[in-house]
Amino acid sequence: MDLSAINPALLLASLLVAATPIMIAGIGELVVERAGVLNLGVEGMMITGAICGFMATIITGSPALGFLFAALGGAALSLLFALLTQVALANQVASGLALTLFGLGLSSLLGQGYVGLKPPSSPKLDIPLLSDIPFFGTVLFSHDIIVYLGIALVAAVWATLKYTRVGLVLRAVGENHDAAHALGYKVVRIRVLAIMFGGACAGLGGAYISLIRVPQWTEGMTAGAGWIALALVVFASWKPWRVLLGAWLFGGITVLQLNLQAAGVSIPVEILSMSPYIITIVVLVIMSADKSRAPASLGRIFHASS
Amino acid sequence: MKLTNLLATAAVALGLATSAFADDKTKVGFVFVGPVGDGGWTYEHNKGRLAVEAEFGDKVETTFVENVPEGADAERVMTQMALQGADLIFTTSFGYMDPTINVAKKFPDVKFEHATGYKQADNVSVYSARFYEGRAIEGHIAGKMTKSNIVGYIGSFPIPEVIRGINSAYIHAKKVNPDVEFKIVWAFTWFDPAKEADAAKVLIEQGADVILQHTDSTAPLAAAEAAGNVIGFGQASDMSEFKDGPRVSSIIDDWAPYYISRVKAVMDGTWESKSTWDGIGAGMVGIGDITDKVPADVKAEALAMKAALADGSYHAFTGPLNKQDGSVWLKEGETAQDYSDDGLAGMNFFVEGIVGDIPE
Repeated sequence: MDLSAINPALLLASLLVAATPIMIAGIGELVVERAGVLNLGVEGMMITGAICGFMATIITGSPALGFLFAALGGAALSLLFALLTQVALANQVASGLALTLFGLGLSSLLGQGYVGLKPPSSPKLDIPLLSDIPFFGTVLFSHDIIVYLGIALVAAVWATLKYTRVGLVLRAVGENHDAAHALGYKVVRIRVLAIMFGGACAGLGGAYISLIRVPQWTEGMTAGAGWIALALVVFASWKPWRVLLGAWLFGGITVLQLNLQAAGVSIPVEILSMSPYIITIVVLVIMSADKSRAPASLGRIFHASS
Repeated sequence: MKLTNLLATAAVALGLATSAFADDKTKVGFVFVGPVGDGGWTYEHNKGRLAVEAEFGDKVETTFVENVPEGADAERVMTQMALQGADLIFTTSFGYMDPTINVAKKFPDVKFEHATGYKQADNVSVYSARFYEGRAIEGHIAGKMTKSNIVGYIGSFPIPEVIRGINSAYIHAKKVNPDVEFKIVWAFTWFDPAKEADAAKVLIEQGADVILQHTDSTAPLAAAEAAGNVIGFGQASDMSEFKDGPRVSSIIDDWAPYYISRVKAVMDGTWESKSTWDGIGAGMVGIGDITDKVPADVKAEALAMKAALADGSYHAFTGPLNKQDGSVWLKEGETAQDYSDDGLAGMNFFVEGIVGDIPE
């Protein structure tokens, strides 16, 4: 066992990378839930985003276009959920689960011809001077642009929800859709837009896995990241910055357990590989003592006539 | 578009189902653990399948099912193939061992061939390749070329085949570089690019500048390429798309001659259950082109070792060798037996010098 082999700077740097997909998908889902909609289809939208982004990158040769199409793909799939739950007034839990299963199947169908291909690599954003700072340069300034985009997205969502009129209306819809409706806000339209935002974020998160983290396409490659993103929102008690914190915690343990294994720590491998999930459960239990509660209208079906 | 492909496959499958008993073609089924496009293990088995088709043309009909999980699903797939009239079924992953034996009992007239396992029956043959001979050459190159003296190894499952590979690579790296150290990460999967990529990145972060993998995808090579000064090897297939990058050589599984001879045996009615374990000499294990990144003298040594392994003048496990706990395994000049206590077939220990335990 040789813990000195673990380089803290590189560990923190890879923590940021490992946290990015669940952070982006999580912040999208947070907006959806703050609008009062529970979409359990994050996993399905992530994997659809992963394959849409991968296909677009292979076809066009541009990772930027790939990410754009990933967001579009995720949003398009979420539109199906919006149609079911906002127009047809279907049960949100069942529709969300169906969306996950559908997304997994659809992505493997789309991905048939793309297994084993190598996408063009996405350029790293090497900030001159800053990335040369010892330790902090490696940790903070040596990443691809999506890592920063993820953090910026969290900040933007936080500011929007807290300080803007749009944020206030969105929260009102999530807390009490009847009151919001009585005030003349278009509840269904706002929710559909929130769902699409969530879908686009999930798609981006998925594409980050297939285009940067791996980078390759395989069936089912998001491997439960969507469910982690869902847990993150509860973990964060619907507060944006806590999503960031939770994502770093989860990503950090994922990376740490591999590092411990490579360093030869004599803890059984099975325990190491389930540790991120155990910690997630433990933290969820601890956080349940927190009195912050879910948006009051979360998961409730709205119809103007009722 | 790919949809037409799919429709064509579906049509073929339907055709198969209806015409299963209509003609006297020899029907051969393949069960694959990964996708045929994995670029590694399953890709090579599928090449063997295509070689069978090319060799026998109209006289043979092959089918395959990819991405079959090791477990109950495998049993269902094999049963389905047998019911559809397959004469010979190749099951191409270690974890299919018990399912193969179970299904074989139910279909005594169908012949089965299980790759890399050790359980035989009257209608079940086993076959494997001596990948560890290739690992010896990889170990030699790794030991010579590492500058950090740290070699990262991505293991799949702790089964004899994988442990043999780690031991063989370590022994030969240590021989040319006494300071070399192996860091091993167990991925517990044959094919999961995300996990393999993470494992490779962690090993590289901990100082490894050579990555050896016993998993099937090209993701570790992609990670090595992204990291820069890291080399790796193609696993199971040549993976030559990384030739200009990190890949300096490869172990190539060549199943085609074996598959052709076994299909022929079924056609002639001479098929019987046997155990085949061939290496470089018989051509079942190939060594991919060694690139110019490897210094000429190292390349020459590697090729000399390949020749010696091929003609049998050198055995990859030649004593004196001790086990990890320091007890004697092979005495001076002694070579490892295939089947015996402490033999190669059931190898479940590391050799002396490797740090870490084998997971249970």
